[in-house]
Amino acid sequence: MSAKTAIASIVLAGALSSALATLASAGPLTEGEKAAAKAAHKEKCFGVALKGQNDCAAGPGTTCQGTSTVDFQSNSWKFVQHGTCASIELPNGKHGSLTAM
Amino acid sequence: MRPDPLPPTSGATYAADFSAALLDPGRETPPLVSGPASKAAAKRYAVYRNNVTVSLIDALAAVYPAVQRITGVEFFRAMARFHIRETPPASPLLIEYGRDFPAFIARYEYAEGMPWLADTARIERAWLDAYHAADATALAASDLASVPAERLGGLVLAPHPATRIVRSRFAAATIFAANRAAAPVGSIDAGEAEDALITRPELDVVVRRLAPGEAVFLSALCAGRPLGEAAGAALEAHPDFDIAAGLATLIESGACAPAKPGETP
Repeated sequence: MSAKTAIASIVLAGALSSALATLASAGPLTEGEKAAAKAAHKEKCFGVALKGQNDCAAGPGTTCQGTSTVDFQSNSWKFVQHGTCASIELPNGKHGSLTAM
Repeated sequence: MRPDPLPPTSGATYAADFSAALLDPGRETPPLVSGPASKAAAKRYAVYRNNVTVSLIDALAAVYPAVQRITGVEFFRAMARFHIRETPPASPLLIEYGRDFPAFIARYEYAEGMPWLADTARIERAWLDAYHAADATALAASDLASVPAERLGGLVLAPHPATRIVRSRFAAATIFAANRAAAPVGSIDAGEAEDALITRPELDVVVRRLAPGEAVFLSALCAGRPLGEAAGAALEAHPDFDIAAGLATLIESGACAPAKPGETP
């Protein structure tokens, strides 16, 4: 597996020192700051996937018998524009559309 | 003890008979489902059937919140329902559900007016996969700085389990970011092609827009191609690829992992 063009190590070394300089000037954190930043984000909940999605769909505190989250089919949705799609523009000047073009 | 209303069946047969009508309201309640005193249980089964569909729609809404914000709730739930009917879960893990939803969106006739929607969904799926990927140490600046200059061209890295790249003909990363943020969505030009990099070097998932050539560079590099070759491939694809900027993105994003000891040439 080889590319037609491989960039020489000497070129890469120049690019790397430039990249490292860029990163260093971006305000490096001290070791103490890094530890604090990490600690602030240490609350990952292992095993809790899509919180609530494993509950009964009828909601907490019910037995699922005789209660139901109703989600009826209707055709009105085809013509509804409640979303943000109208603010997303295509190059030809067309806006996003929920109906077949 | 009351006698069973039907002869006993194997667990697998029972499950198949029970679930066949779950996603299709047009089908009869399976005869093996019965209430007390062997009464019919059509209403009870309908509750169960409705909960299955609603919970799967809710799962898709939880994985694809930007898509739902773009289309509005009613359109989203209708689209999700069509997908669920066509593609029931294949795994008992709910986080695995909805992997085929972006491909479904791409061919969903009522979404034709939003050709960027499927790529936006791909970024949302990549976000979730990155979130649940195995933890791994990302490449650090010091790892690169310690490589002797003459050996940089042959430097080999390893993939990071959380890293994903989504390349789009549209401004999918901008659309994703705007619709995941709390602020109102302003006007977006969807026409500009964007490459999105999704990483989780520590605990937080980060989505970035990549500069031209960086997607090729990082894909090749994380796939284990030597640094010199990866940079060459990126320059071939995009002559304006900036190697120094690409290396800065590599270090800042934590897209790749250091090669395991013994694999470094």
